[in-house]
Amino acid sequence: MAAALAIAPDRTDTAWPALRWAVARDVKLALRSRAELGVQLLFYVVVASLFPLATTPERSTLTLIGPGVLWVAALLASLLSLPRLFAADHADGTLEQIVLSPYPLVALVGGKIVAHWITTGLPLVIIAPLVGLQYALDEETLSVLAFALLIGTPILSLLGAIGAALTLGLRSSGSLLALLILPLYVPVLVFGAGAVEAARTGVGASAHLSLLGAGLLIACVGAPFAAAAAVRIALD
Amino acid sequence: MTDFFAMNGYGFYVWSAYGVAALALVIEVRALRARRRAVLEEARLVQPEAAAMTGAGE
Amino acid sequence: MATSWFRYSSPASFYPLAGRMIRWFAAAAALLAVAGLVIGLVVAPTDATQSDAYRIIFIHVPAAWMSMFLYVVMAAWSAAALGFNTRLSAMMAQAIAPTGALMTFIALWTGAFWGRPTWGTYWAWDARMTSELILLFLYLGIIALRNAIDEPRRADKACAVLALTGVVNVPIIYFSVYWWNTLHQGSSVSVTRAPSMAAIMLAGMLVMALAAWFYAIAVILARVRIIIVERERGASWVASLREVRHA
Repeated sequence: MAAALAIAPDRTDTAWPALRWAVARDVKLALRSRAELGVQLLFYVVVASLFPLATTPERSTLTLIGPGVLWVAALLASLLSLPRLFAADHADGTLEQIVLSPYPLVALVGGKIVAHWITTGLPLVIIAPLVGLQYALDEETLSVLAFALLIGTPILSLLGAIGAALTLGLRSSGSLLALLILPLYVPVLVFGAGAVEAARTGVGASAHLSLLGAGLLIACVGAPFAAAAAVRIALD
Repeated sequence: MTDFFAMNGYGFYVWSAYGVAALALVIEVRALRARRRAVLEEARLVQPEAAAMTGAGE
Repeated sequence: MATSWFRYSSPASFYPLAGRMIRWFAAAAALLAVAGLVIGLVVAPTDATQSDAYRIIFIHVPAAWMSMFLYVVMAAWSAAALGFNTRLSAMMAQAIAPTGALMTFIALWTGAFWGRPTWGTYWAWDARMTSELILLFLYLGIIALRNAIDEPRRADKACAVLALTGVVNVPIIYFSVYWWNTLHQGSSVSVTRAPSMAAIMLAGMLVMALAAWFYAIAVILARVRIIIVERERGASWVASLREVRHA
């Protein structure tokens, strides 16, 4: 692993290269199992398609519930993909090597989070407006949806990483992860779905998007540290 | 006295609220007592081992 | 001075201290509760708008205050546990969670029964009740994580990280729910407004709040003593306790 990084270990400014390395590695690994990524996207599409079937095909109702449904489905898809963040590396011992390495764990964990977002959040940003057509939302609303998801899905990955690290290796970690993380997701849901709703009603989504952006900044600053601490705790 | 329980017609709500709250607190205390008994019993069972260990150490 | 207080950071020396403290807090809680209930249920006058249904605030508001206060205290003990790596700090945090969750439940239940006669429904998605519900989920999450991890020290630290993550998020969650609620509120009625506080009503609420606080301290100290015995089972000082030697 040190050879792959090809950096002198006694340099103190290894955070950025370490992060780049972690992103590249995790994206490469994720792309090897493209089917898994496809399944997660398909999950999103299926869940979002269930709600009209459960309620009504009437357009007026669908536009009302559309923003909320599209966001809740994104939250659920995120939860589904989170265990993958650390579990595979934990199972074959790589995670322990990562923790023991001289490179900053925060950077390595941060890189894994970025990679997670690239492989799960970013595809959602692209796919969601297409799914949103089912809800009779107009183009402007759908573009706000994409933009809101662009800001919001990284927050989901950042907060989710803390939960994934805390529940590493535990029984029924999937449901436990959901219980721990969903309350923390509430502000993202409120501002994200609220942004789409505001765009739909013509009120203007700038306030919501600004708050989402602020949330992203806070999460970027805090979450990698908390996740790194949680990884250390899980491996002790 | 009946006025007190009737609470001007809102007796059901007031006493359901206070009643469940009181019940919750009682359950908490009793559960703690039961847990304390169980834990002390467990400690009692470990006791001979602990005594044996300190004995063997000396 | 510092050494004399840190002496109590060992479970063995804190255990008897806590035992002595419990009875005082329990007695104070009982007296304050009686006084508070008398004020709230008997002395305070019937409200003009909400009639006698408002009397629920004397249990609802203290419970809600305690639910939030206990979460912050739990987070403080969690920070101490991570910062000083002390077992007892983590045990204190572990002891607080169930009582915090109970206070949250009481706040939600009494709030629902206050809501039904005053604004017509058991549950209204107003900012405070919704945030309180999410707070309950946060408490239950910490308890669930504690139960899911077998190894006690890992559980200590994991729950500490979770509690600290939560405490940072609670204001954000409250703000987001408040924002969401004000945007969607049709009428301008603040559904959780207590009747304008006559001094006697405020006094009753404060007395009950103090009673709730002392109750919580007593119960939490009792629980932490149980946790100490549970986790320090093999230690010789536990074996020599009077309550362990004699059934």
